[in-house]
Amino acid sequence: MTLDLLLTHYNYWVVIFLMMVGFYILISRGNLIKKIVGLNVFQTSVFMLYISLGKITEGTPPILVDGYGEADVVYSNPLPHVLILTAIVVGIATTSVGLALAVRIKEAYGTLEEDEITGIEAGIEPAGEAGG
Amino acid sequence: MAEHYPALQVVVPLLAAPLCLFVRNGRAAWGLAVLASWTALGISLMLLSRVMSSGVISYALGGWAPPIGIEYRVDVVNAWVLVIVSTIGALVAPYALTSVEREIGARRIPLFYAAYLLCLSGLLGITITGDVFNVFVFLEISSLSAYALIALGQDRRALTSAFRYLVAGSVGATFIVIGIGLLYSMTGSLNMADLAQLLPGVWESRTVKVAYGFLAVGFCLKLALFPLHLWLPNAYTYAPSPVTAFMASTATKVAVYMLLRFFLTVFGAAFSFDVMALDRVLLPLALVAVVSMSLVAIFQVNVKRLLAYSSVAQIGYMILGLSFATVTGLTATLLHLFNHALMKGALFMAMGCVMYRVGSVHIDAMAGLGRRMPATMAAFVAGGLSLVGVPLTVGFVSKWYLILGALERGWWPVAVLVLIASLMALVYIWRVVEVAYFREFTGDQQTREAPWTLLWPTWALVALNLYFGIAAERTAGIARQAAEVLMTGIGQ
Amino acid sequence: MREEIIVRVGAKVLAPFIIMFALYVHFHGDYSPGGGFQAGVILAAAFALLALVYGLEEVQRVLPPWFVRGCAALGVVIFAGVGVVTMLLGHNYLAYNALAPDPTHPEHGQHYGILLVELGVLVTVFGVMATVFYLFAGRKGQAS
Repeated sequence: MTLDLLLTHYNYWVVIFLMMVGFYILISRGNLIKKIVGLNVFQTSVFMLYISLGKITEGTPPILVDGYGEADVVYSNPLPHVLILTAIVVGIATTSVGLALAVRIKEAYGTLEEDEITGIEAGIEPAGEAGG
Repeated sequence: MAEHYPALQVVVPLLAAPLCLFVRNGRAAWGLAVLASWTALGISLMLLSRVMSSGVISYALGGWAPPIGIEYRVDVVNAWVLVIVSTIGALVAPYALTSVEREIGARRIPLFYAAYLLCLSGLLGITITGDVFNVFVFLEISSLSAYALIALGQDRRALTSAFRYLVAGSVGATFIVIGIGLLYSMTGSLNMADLAQLLPGVWESRTVKVAYGFLAVGFCLKLALFPLHLWLPNAYTYAPSPVTAFMASTATKVAVYMLLRFFLTVFGAAFSFDVMALDRVLLPLALVAVVSMSLVAIFQVNVKRLLAYSSVAQIGYMILGLSFATVTGLTATLLHLFNHALMKGALFMAMGCVMYRVGSVHIDAMAGLGRRMPATMAAFVAGGLSLVGVPLTVGFVSKWYLILGALERGWWPVAVLVLIASLMALVYIWRVVEVAYFREFTGDQQTREAPWTLLWPTWALVALNLYFGIAAERTAGIARQAAEVLMTGIGQ
Repeated sequence: MREEIIVRVGAKVLAPFIIMFALYVHFHGDYSPGGGFQAGVILAAAFALLALVYGLEEVQRVLPPWFVRGCAALGVVIFAGVGVVTMLLGHNYLAYNALAPDPTHPEHGQHYGILLVELGVLVTVFGVMATVFYLFAGRKGQAS
C-alpha cells in the first residue's frame, strides 16, 4: 500500500476512523446517552461516505447557472447528497426516539447505566414475571 | 384505479396514519386503522392475482421511468410477501381494539394506531419497492414506529428492550445503507432491476464484495438470525400483545424477504452461491439457531418469551431453506414465511387473550385455563400443533418441503436435525398444554373466556392454519413459482 | 436569560428574520439549495430561540402543543394528498405534470408539485421539531 493510495483516498480513512470510533463507543459504553452519541458518530461516518462519493474533482455545486448547457460544466453528483439528506433525517428521528426512551428509562429505573439496569431487571425477574 | 394499486398499497395506510392523530378518539382511530388495513389486504390480494395471471407489474412513481425514477415493482415474490404482511395487518387491527384499551392509556390510543399504520405502510413499502434506497427509507419508517410501539408495553422492561432494539436496528440499518452506498458507487444506479444488469460487470471488484458483507450483517441483524437475535426475545416479551402478534408475524418476515431480494435478485443467485458462498455461511448459523433456540425455549417460564425464542428458531428454518440453494429449499423458505406468520400470529394472539383476562403470561398463570378459557387455549393448542408440524396444519407443509429440500441435496443429517427440533417444539408447547389442561385452576374465580372481539381474529388465523394445511397445493404452488423467479433472477 | 436585555431584544429582532429566511429557503428551493426540510428546521429554530429566551410558556401561548402536533400530521397529509390528487387527475402517483393548469406546458406542473410537496415536508418537519423541543424542554426532571 503506497502513501499515494492513502492520500488520494483520505476520505475513506476519515469514514473508517469515524465508523470505528462510533462503533466502539456504542459497544463499550454502558451509559445509554453515550450509546446514542456513539450511534450518531457511527451514522455520521456513513453521511461522510455518501457525501464524499458525490464530489467530483473540479466540480461545481449542482446548481442551475447561466452557463448550463454550454458543454464542459462539470458538477458534483447531487444524488448521494439528496439520499443522505434522507438518512440525516432518519438519524435525527432515531436520536430523538432514543433520547425519549432514555428519559423514560431514567424515570422508570432511576439510572442510565446499563449494568445497573440489568441488575435491577435481574432482581425483579422472579416477582415481575409472575405479576406480569 | 387498478393501475395505481402498487402506489395505493403503501399510500392508504400512510395517509390513514396522520388522520388517526386528527380524530383524537380511540374508537375512531381504530375504525380508520381497520379500514386502512383491510383496504391494504384487498389491494395486495388483487395485486397477487394480477401478477399470477399477467406477470410483473411496474409502477413509475412521479411518472419518471425507471431506472431514473423510483419504481414499484411487483412480481410473484413480493406480491406473496405483501399478502402475508397485509393479512396479519388486517387481522391484528380489529384484535387491537379491546386489547389496547386494556393495555395502553386512553390518551395514547390514537398515537398507537398512527404508529401501527406507519409500521404497516413501512413494511409494505419495503416489500413493494424496486429501488434499493427506498428500501432503507421504508425500513426506517417501520423500525422507528416499531420502537415506539414496543415501548408502549406496560412493564418497564418494555422501555429497555425497545432501546436495545433501537440500537441493534439502527446499526443494522446503517450497515444496509453502507452496502447500498458502495453498490451505488460501483454502478451509479439504485434500481434493483438495473443493478441486477450492471453488477455482473463488476463482480470481481472488492467494493461489491464488501458491500455484500455489509448488507449480509445488516439483514441478519434485522431478521434476528442467531447470533444477532439478542434484541428479539425481550422486545417480543414486553411489547403490548397486538404489537407482539404483529411484529412476530411480519417484521422478521419482511427482513427475510429483503435478504432474498438483495442476494438473489440484485446480486443474483450465481454470485451469492458460487462467489460469496452464502449457503455455506448461512447453513451452520441456521442449524445452530434451530436447535439451540428451541432448546432455550424449553426452559422459559414466560410463555411470550418462550414463543419469542421459538420465533428465532423458526427464522432458522427459513434461512435453512435458503442455504440449500435449490428451488425446493427456497420454496420451503417462502412457504414458511407465510405459515410461520399464521401460526405465530395465532399463538401470540391467544397469549394476548390470556393477558387480557389473567393479566400475566407466566406459565403458572396458565394453570387450569383449559377449562376456564376453552376457546383461547384451544386456539393455542391448534397454533402449537402447527408449530410442531402436525399433518393437516401449515407447519407440516413447510417442514415437508424443508425435509424434501434437505434430502434432495443428500443432507440427511440436516433432515434429522429438523425432526429433532420439531420434537423440541412439541416439548415446549406440551409444557404449556399440560399446565393449562392438567392442573387445577387456582386464580380468580371471576376469570371467564376472552371477549369475542379478541377471539375471532385469533380463530381466523387458526382457521387459516388448518385451511392452508389441507389445501396446501395453492400456497405451495405460489411459493414454488416465487422460488423459481428468485433463482433464475431478473429479466429471464 | 429573562433579565438579559441584549439577549431579549436580540432574539426579538432576529426571530422574524429567521422565519423569513425559512420561507426563503423553502420557496427558493427549486432554484437553489434548500427545500422543505431545511426550512422546517429553521422555522422551528426560530421558536426554539424565543422559547430559550422568553420561556417555554410564552411560546406555547402562540404555538400550543396541539397545534404543532397537528402540523406534524398535516404535512404528511399534504404530501400524500398531492400524490392522491395527481392520481385522481389520471396520472401516476406524485406525477406533478398533472398539476399544470396549462396543458400545453405540463412541465410547469413540476414547479407547483415540488413546492406543494415541500410545503408538506416543511409543515411536518416544523411540527416534529417543535414537538420534540417541547417534549424535552417541557419535562420537569426530578434530578435537575
